[in-house]
Amino acid sequence: MNADFTPEDLAFRDEVREFLQNEFPAEMREKVDAGIRLSKDEIVRWQKILYEQGWAAPNWPVEFGGTGWTATQKHIFAMEMGLIGAPEPVPFGMKMVAPVLMAYGSEEQQQRFLPDILQSNVWWCQGYSEPNSGSDLASLKTSAVRDGDDYIVNGSKTWNTYGQYADWIFCLVRTDTTVKKQEGISFLLIDMKSPGVSHRPIVLMDGHVEVNEIFFDDVRVPAANLIGEENKGWTYAKVLLTHERTNIALVPRSTRRLRALRRAAASLDDGYGGSMLDDPVFSHRFAELEIELKALEYTELRTLASLSVGKSPGPESSILKVVGTELAQRIDEMFVELAAYHSLPYLPEQFDEGFQGAPLEPGIPAGQGLVYLNNRKLSIFGGSNEIQRNIICKAVLGL
Amino acid sequence: MDFSYSEEQQMLRESVGKFVQQQYDFDSRNRIAASETGYSDENWKLFGELGWLTVPFDEADGGFGDSAVDLMVMMEEFGKAMLVEPYLASVVLAGRLLAALGSEEQKAESLHSLMAGNLQLALAWAESGSRYNLANVRLSARSDGGNFVLDGTKVNVLNGPNADKLLVTARESGGATDSEGISAFLVDREAAGVHVQAYANLDGSQAAKITFSEVEIPASARLGEAGGVLTALEQVVDHATVAVCAQAVGALDALLQKTVEYSKTRKQFGVHIGSFQALQHRMADMFMECQLARSITVMAAMQLDSDESAADKAAAVSAAKSRVGKAIRRVGQEAVQIHGGIGMTDELDVSHLFRQVTGLELLFGDADFHTGRFARLQTAE
Repeated sequence: MNADFTPEDLAFRDEVREFLQNEFPAEMREKVDAGIRLSKDEIVRWQKILYEQGWAAPNWPVEFGGTGWTATQKHIFAMEMGLIGAPEPVPFGMKMVAPVLMAYGSEEQQQRFLPDILQSNVWWCQGYSEPNSGSDLASLKTSAVRDGDDYIVNGSKTWNTYGQYADWIFCLVRTDTTVKKQEGISFLLIDMKSPGVSHRPIVLMDGHVEVNEIFFDDVRVPAANLIGEENKGWTYAKVLLTHERTNIALVPRSTRRLRALRRAAASLDDGYGGSMLDDPVFSHRFAELEIELKALEYTELRTLASLSVGKSPGPESSILKVVGTELAQRIDEMFVELAAYHSLPYLPEQFDEGFQGAPLEPGIPAGQGLVYLNNRKLSIFGGSNEIQRNIICKAVLGL
Repeated sequence: MDFSYSEEQQMLRESVGKFVQQQYDFDSRNRIAASETGYSDENWKLFGELGWLTVPFDEADGGFGDSAVDLMVMMEEFGKAMLVEPYLASVVLAGRLLAALGSEEQKAESLHSLMAGNLQLALAWAESGSRYNLANVRLSARSDGGNFVLDGTKVNVLNGPNADKLLVTARESGGATDSEGISAFLVDREAAGVHVQAYANLDGSQAAKITFSEVEIPASARLGEAGGVLTALEQVVDHATVAVCAQAVGALDALLQKTVEYSKTRKQFGVHIGSFQALQHRMADMFMECQLARSITVMAAMQLDSDESAADKAAAVSAAKSRVGKAIRRVGQEAVQIHGGIGMTDELDVSHLFRQVTGLELLFGDADFHTGRFARLQTAE
């Protein structure tokens, strides 16, 4: 047992660092540092740079274009990416539909979809939740009825992140209403340009649109787009949920955020002529967050290590989701408190490129009130943290 | 980066685990704790034969290798079983300070008998007003001819009642909290002027308040340099702090496991109480606390075994003790709460585990103290 990186790992870290320093576009880096949102085109551009380097999909098997990295190397890569603020690939293609295609898709489906995901030519979104099916996902009602070589899809999906940009959507649909709810669900890929597909943006409390509602009105979907067997979709989706759990702990992001928080606190006046970093209450709570991050990071490393010796990640990874998101939210709270009344302006457009006119002060982190509001989602999405606790109880504690 | 146990660590764990399972059930443990000495000398001799007393010492001193991870493996098992034998006090604290400061002659005289199980030691560092500041030493050491005279009082001397020899920190010069001027002396517990008031701590282990009234000791009793032992003392206490974290991790796992098992058998309103979501989620939180405590203890142990700087190691130790301290509070209290009335009773092991971890929470500094120390060490970087 030792925490040291091998000389090979250290060389790899240097290689990754050098690559990111040179290749992560400077203008994107400036935006990220200033808290400006990256556009879809910019994210795609960055993904293509990673693709050229052969690093687009660290977690994919080599035969599909993955890197073949060890667990430690993947950790190093994610950490370095997070520290410099380089955006992660949009997860819906790379991390969500791709593993299902690899495990259950036909060879034809794999050849048709995977290369475009790897090269970021096609954007995917996820069609799981429905207005009346949230945590009880298996109660979903969007129906797919077989009609010759097609399915006819009717219903609606919601909380579709980046649905407004998506070319394709992977959906859980009901194909049998006469059996137990989990046994009548299929996994279907739908072209967003199909006639009968429409979407409605949902404005969240931070004033921003990142999620949508998507409607299916007699949409014809070729049966060739069904993954695996009909009515087995729930099994496929569940298998996916226990895999691809890398980086759900948000360790690189929280590391970067905490460093920024420390810098900001050091430069901020406490109102009495001292620095906020020297404020005893602030510094104590800041230290608590740093310590929590260490505990989380080593929990993630232990999980990764057990993965690399072939053990299944299993439901223990629910802990990474719960602790990781709750820590990220606590960091957001600290930012809000640090910026004090500078957190109050409600200016959703301040994260857009070229925004002028915010009453911003140098050195004071901007828009933290909005970041705080937006990130309340973290403990709700991806299986709410209460659902994660249910998973721990059932699968780990046997309750 | 490697999180697996070596073959030796695996064997050590099995060896300790086997002893604990076969010879250290809850009743035996309670009988030993209630005995006159509060520990079993027979067990202690066995530990010596099994080589356990050599684990936290350098090979150069005849030890097993002084790996913090090895020690963690053992302490975790001790924590599960609520071992009352003074392993931490005699070996990890006093023994390691003797190894760090002692001359070859002093080590030959005492360290080897300690490792063989023939000698009990105790480290007397805390004073009534020192709290967790190791530099706060008022007990004085006055040079008198060729001898020293010790005068003052130490509290919470773990294993004090049973120690053959006491390692005592004493001030030779400087003000009460100066980092310079602190020396260490090896004193016979039977020496004239040493007065031991023995008591048991929350965890069932033996401790003492020890008064030194004009205790005369020879100059050869001084360990290490005059006035210069604080750094060694801090490092030894840091090492012991990680051992305490590991002991707590073992005990917290036992509390979680017992609580989950109980909730599956205890019926109220016609159903197992473990079927109530109000309790389930609290047990899920206990599980997460246990995992985080384990992770950060592993981190600290690995750091101690690494080539990192002394400040980085100290920060890692404080991070661990801070986080483990919080886990102790949450897991311990929830275990008692979920057990309900029976969790309050002396009859059930849960209350004893709770007593043990509550003691460990305070030992060498609670969560607030170590959060503050961590913050200071980070700022100093």
